[in-house]
Amino acid sequence: MSPHAQEEDPTNAYQSLSETTEHDDPRWAFGSGFEDVQAEIEAPVPDGVDAADLAEYCLMLGDDALVCSHRISEWVSNAPELEEEVALANTALDLLGQARVLLSRAAQVEGAGRDEDALAYLRGEAEFRNVGLAELGDDLDFGVAVARLLVFSTWRLALLSRLRDSRDPVVAAVAAKGVKELTYHRDWAARWALRLGDGTDESHRRMQAGLETVWPHVDELFRTSDVERRLVDAGVATDPAATRDEVDAVLDQVFAAATLTRPTLPGRGPLGGRAGRQGAHTEALGHVLDRLQSLARAHPGASW
Amino acid sequence: MAEETEALEAQFDATVAADRRIEPRDWMPEGYRRTLIRQIAQHAHSEIIGMQPEGNWILRAPSLRRKAILLAKVQDEAGHGMYLYAAAETLGVDREDLTERLIDSRQKYSSIFNYPALSYADIGVIGWLVDGAAICNQVPLCRCSYGPYARAMIRICKEESFHQRQGYELLLAMVNGTDAQREMVQESVNRWWWPSLMMFGPPDGDSPNTQQSMAWGIKRHTNDELRQRFVDMSVPQAAALGITLPDPDLRWNAERGAHDHGEPDWAEFKAVISGSGPAHAQRIAHRRRAHENGAWVREAAQAYADKQAARVAGKGAAA
Repeated sequence: MSPHAQEEDPTNAYQSLSETTEHDDPRWAFGSGFEDVQAEIEAPVPDGVDAADLAEYCLMLGDDALVCSHRISEWVSNAPELEEEVALANTALDLLGQARVLLSRAAQVEGAGRDEDALAYLRGEAEFRNVGLAELGDDLDFGVAVARLLVFSTWRLALLSRLRDSRDPVVAAVAAKGVKELTYHRDWAARWALRLGDGTDESHRRMQAGLETVWPHVDELFRTSDVERRLVDAGVATDPAATRDEVDAVLDQVFAAATLTRPTLPGRGPLGGRAGRQGAHTEALGHVLDRLQSLARAHPGASW
Repeated sequence: MAEETEALEAQFDATVAADRRIEPRDWMPEGYRRTLIRQIAQHAHSEIIGMQPEGNWILRAPSLRRKAILLAKVQDEAGHGMYLYAAAETLGVDREDLTERLIDSRQKYSSIFNYPALSYADIGVIGWLVDGAAICNQVPLCRCSYGPYARAMIRICKEESFHQRQGYELLLAMVNGTDAQREMVQESVNRWWWPSLMMFGPPDGDSPNTQQSMAWGIKRHTNDELRQRFVDMSVPQAAALGITLPDPDLRWNAERGAHDHGEPDWAEFKAVISGSGPAHAQRIAHRRRAHENGAWVREAAQAYADKQAARVAGKGAAA
């Protein structure tokens, strides 16, 4: 077989490797959504908006997605069924795509020469702006994973639905795409809450326990930071406190159908007035970042 | 009775000889069914076990773009496992039973996944060499005589080919990077080259099932033919990366129009497929743990579905 004979073989899928060098196929940026918003990432900061506030807000929304995506990715090769492998990986990928665009926007607006990777890999814990719920571990307990995603996706969907009108074009674009993604995530989590809540005695107990585990992190979702307050006035952000009724109504509907009880545990209090949005985290985030950042930090200056 | 079987067998042989597809409801020899179940299940298991060495690096992927690519790839593998188990189910087995056979080590998966993924270069090399070898093996299966398997393979091969390009592109980025990255690539190729050659199975003289599988139209080329093809394609790609393949006997043979190459360590191959691979116990334990930890979830889904069905039936009866 000469090298020429290979070139003429139409059944040789392996051959495409050496033929194709350009990366115009959109799948090269799997899940990033970059194709849609590349132009917007470089758009100017809207009039009357403080650039530092906007960068900070993009970090909040981006870090929520990045850290939650990491937690969900821990399920890869550990899910209870193959269909759930696919669904969980898909959810993690959607959130990672949202994170990439938002971190790129934060870096662009900040104007300090950083990029999505510098923000993801080279910040310390106290510089992350995600809520505590996103970093909560589940020890591969499916009940906790479902409870965390149910609350997270219900809340984030309420936020993104409102942010489609944001005056920042990147936030608006992420929201428009993200609403479709989060609708699916919430639907998946709600269906599993039903099956587990109204399945066997054991699954009911474990789903209820999952809700008790995530509940202390719920109040934080509806606290409005100073940055958000200023950006609500500027037409860029939405006030998370204003989503509480909607989120509660959705969760109550799921709980009722799933024979689950809304937990009454107190919320985790802020630390000296600070919580995730101000960089005050649980101990869990350090462990997330240890893994997420280890390889990138071991090779300073390398590009991959 | 015997005459009837002979007629069915003649029809089956004619279908295979004419390169047409056998479908699930067609008569087929028991040996053909058994061979297909074994092969498709082994292929499905390989997709699922193959998620582990790559999953090992998702959380640590060194850039967000690489993380997205790897996550999408591993998601595809779960999807491939699903199509393949579904193809096996058309032959009268079920996924749950096949999974039990995997975690009890009664069925095998590709020996390649018994090797550990020790650096991020391994992610690129698994794409380039392991997926590349898999594609060489799998492209002919798109024309396999069993319809459901052939159709599953068409979709799988397209995605595998994409994964392979992504792997190679990662290696290109790394060899154009720092010295440490280049060393990482060479070190990884040194570990994966021989196991990749083993993916084509034992030499033809030592492959008892090949002739029957070729006669049945399940297999189209011998192990050694496919291995040769893989070596010939890999050599220029290795050169383009500027790395060395760890085989002192590798050289172009103008007379044959092919590369001569050394023999893999077949004693190691036999040891690895019979369970002494460096990561075998870990892979099976991981799969067993995931399956067992998920039992309560699957039971809940079944209980919920039963309750829903009873509610629907109850409403029907009341009306």
